Amino acid sequence: MSKPKILKRGLFATAVLGMAAALPALAAEPAPRRVVSMNVCTDQLAMLIAGAGQLHSVSALADDPRASAMSDEARAFAVNHALAEEIFLMEPDLILAGTFSARATVGLLRRLGFRVEEFAPARSFADVRDNILRIGALLHRQERAAELVAQLDDGLERLRAGAQSGRTIALYEPNSYTAGGGTLANDIFTAAGLVNIAERLGVTGSTRLPLEQLIMARPDLIGRSSSDYEAPALAQENLVHPAFRALSQQDAIDLPVAKMICGAPFTLDVAFMLQDAAKQERP
Amino acid sequence: MSADRHYPLLLALLAAATVALFLLSLTVGPAGIAFLESMKALVSDKADGVALIMREIRLPRAILGGMIGATLGLSGAVLQGYLRNPLAEPGLLGISASASLGAVLAIYTGLSAAFALALPLAALTGAVAAVLVVQALAGQRGGALIVILAGIAVTSFAGAMTSLALNLSPNPFAALEIMFWMLGSLTDRSMVHVWLSAPFMLVGWLMLASLGRALDALTLGSETAASMGIELRKVQFLAVFGTAASVGAATAVAGAIGFVGLVVPHILRPLVGARPSRLLPASALGGACVVLTADILVRIIAPERDLKLGVLTAIVGAPFFLWLVFRTRRSLL
Amino acid sequence: MTLLSVENLSVELGHRPVLHRLGFAVQPGEFIGLIGPNGAGKSTLLRSVLNLLPAQGQVRLCGTDAAAMNARQRAACVAYLAQEREIAWAVPVEMVVALGRSPHRPGFAALTDKDRAIVDAAMRRMDVEAFRHRIATELSGGEKARVLAARALAQDTPLLLADEPTAGLDPAHQIALMRLFDSLAADGRSVVASLHDLGLAARWCSRLILLDRGRIVADGPPASVLTPQSLRAIYGVEAWFGEADGAPIVHPLDLATPES
Repeated sequence: MSKPKILKRGLFATAVLGMAAALPALAAEPAPRRVVSMNVCTDQLAMLIAGAGQLHSVSALADDPRASAMSDEARAFAVNHALAEEIFLMEPDLILAGTFSARATVGLLRRLGFRVEEFAPARSFADVRDNILRIGALLHRQERAAELVAQLDDGLERLRAGAQSGRTIALYEPNSYTAGGGTLANDIFTAAGLVNIAERLGVTGSTRLPLEQLIMARPDLIGRSSSDYEAPALAQENLVHPAFRALSQQDAIDLPVAKMICGAPFTLDVAFMLQDAAKQERP
Repeated sequence: MSADRHYPLLLALLAAATVALFLLSLTVGPAGIAFLESMKALVSDKADGVALIMREIRLPRAILGGMIGATLGLSGAVLQGYLRNPLAEPGLLGISASASLGAVLAIYTGLSAAFALALPLAALTGAVAAVLVVQALAGQRGGALIVILAGIAVTSFAGAMTSLALNLSPNPFAALEIMFWMLGSLTDRSMVHVWLSAPFMLVGWLMLASLGRALDALTLGSETAASMGIELRKVQFLAVFGTAASVGAATAVAGAIGFVGLVVPHILRPLVGARPSRLLPASALGGACVVLTADILVRIIAPERDLKLGVLTAIVGAPFFLWLVFRTRRSLL
Repeated sequence: MTLLSVENLSVELGHRPVLHRLGFAVQPGEFIGLIGPNGAGKSTLLRSVLNLLPAQGQVRLCGTDAAAMNARQRAACVAYLAQEREIAWAVPVEMVVALGRSPHRPGFAALTDKDRAIVDAAMRRMDVEAFRHRIATELSGGEKARVLAARALAQDTPLLLADEPTAGLDPAHQIALMRLFDSLAADGRSVVASLHDLGLAARWCSRLILLDRGRIVADGPPASVLTPQSLRAIYGVEAWFGEADGAPIVHPLDLATPES
């Protein structure tokens, strides 16, 4: 069994166990009425799942169109910056957080007696499904969650029925980062019937792929992930490097980054787009 | 004198080492291309992946490594001779840090995107400011210690302002790039960077190289040098702007790389009979060797990690600096 | 030709007047001792003549207005032996002395045979030939002083300005240096040296200029400048005056009592 698969199963098992432990308690409790989310991924799932008036605040990133696919929706909510003091004053009865962000804030909020639920970032569509169901259970919105899961499964089914071109693709991000096995991007590429060249090179997780290796690997497609931040940064210079330009003249696709950062039903759009792109462009 | 006879031999050896390291630099990289294949790709007119890597990635990297190294070695030798201070070098005097600040302001405000030359010019301006501040604080007769203290103040201030500028950038990547500006890297530099910086470095070299005889005379102090026909104002102009142009351009495209300008002249000084004018070409070649070597090592030690050049030069340079302070501590005060 | 003429020379250092409207001229063949108590302005005078300090007044070097000369033209007329014996790098003695030839060489030209001959002669005259290959920074203070004097000689100029050249030398080398300056004067060159040793000044100089608080208070042959009255008034000392081999001897004995 490959390492990423073990990882995935481990995460899955943890998630299931966590839910099992939480469920009996939930049944007795009333539905949370003032939910605060402090992570851009829980922000978006909460916006998709929460009932009217149930979600009070989302994180500042949620209304940044470069990081969030639901920036328009986010404007309807109060904004927080993942600071304990600010969230304390919001008097939430449930806090949703990411496992990687603001550890100190989460610890402090727990000590202050708040209920904080943490979510690991989705590394696969299976993770996305778990996260949707878990938030659905936490918010007492199981029907809505089931609806979203059905959307997700339906989309994955349609992708499987579509062209399985088997063409190779590499994700190329600022600072020469790419995504290998065990990442959401990898799952998106696989769902689109493509082969992630980074996974083939034995890369796992999000890591640097030197430009030289990208050129030597010669992927059929390059998924370029670059956001326009108005102000320039050296991190994005690799995307305008003459060698990269020469390589990517015909076959680079600008990926909708915001839909890939967090896993949600809208993440399927990326896979559909890539499946189409692979069909159109013939070497 | 033995140094007289050995000098041409020393220069020939350093030149040969520079050429060898330049070629070696061309053959090191994650793509793992065989030596002969890579050399052929460099000169062939094919446009395959190997040729692309050689011409657009490794060639500019090797050229910049050699030129930036030469700039640091040469400017270190000139600054030491000009200030008659064995601890002078662009990094310690805050010239590199100030050039970084200039470059950062040009890049992150978008100025350099609109006007490419703004990048080296802004770095040059930062470097000039640093040299003038250090010189004003230290004066013509300033002791070694005062020069170094002034350098520390300038470095800290420029570092803080660089950090501030990066933090204020709306681009989330910018904040992480403080490392590049403080420690330097040649990863994925392109021919664009060569064209942008090479003219400034060449002009700077010419200005610095013309100082050989003046630096010899300055061995006996500035007043004696003036009485021997040295125009101190002209020397100051050439030293300040030569250093600023070359170090500014080098820093603008590769960040601040410390200690090269300190260590190289010191190692070579006894080999050239301590004569400042002879130290200049030797230090330029020696600096090129050191930076090329460091850049080869960062690719061999941790190919996937984008190790910063300044990390390697500091591992060697900082203990050397301490040893030098220890050795000269009596004359510092 | 007058080698050096100074008229109305005034210097201020940081708003403090240091020299007041000085005037004197140096003819070929003179060995002039510049004497005066600490702070009288001796070093300032030498440095302002060399254009190392901003000054008012007229200075002519080798018949030309010094203000109109560039550093190189000045270096062809006058050499300078500074008070600080600075040698920054561990260079060989021979190279230090050869630096004296640099104003005479164009661009990157190497030393000519004539240059080498002058350098060798300078080293011989200063008795430093024996350590020509030694590292200059490793020499004793007196040896360093002689090397630097040889450097100034190698510049081979009609005029030499020396700021306390005898400080730190043993008696033999002090006298040797005085003899050397005397012989330079005999060759038709001129030396202006600031001196603290009144005995040496009295015995070897052809002329003395006595400075006090930025003014020239006496200028002439040693016997007319160094008198019991002037030593008492300017230096505040009593001295013994004598004569040996036709040259005056002055030896300070004790502090003068204020009334006398």
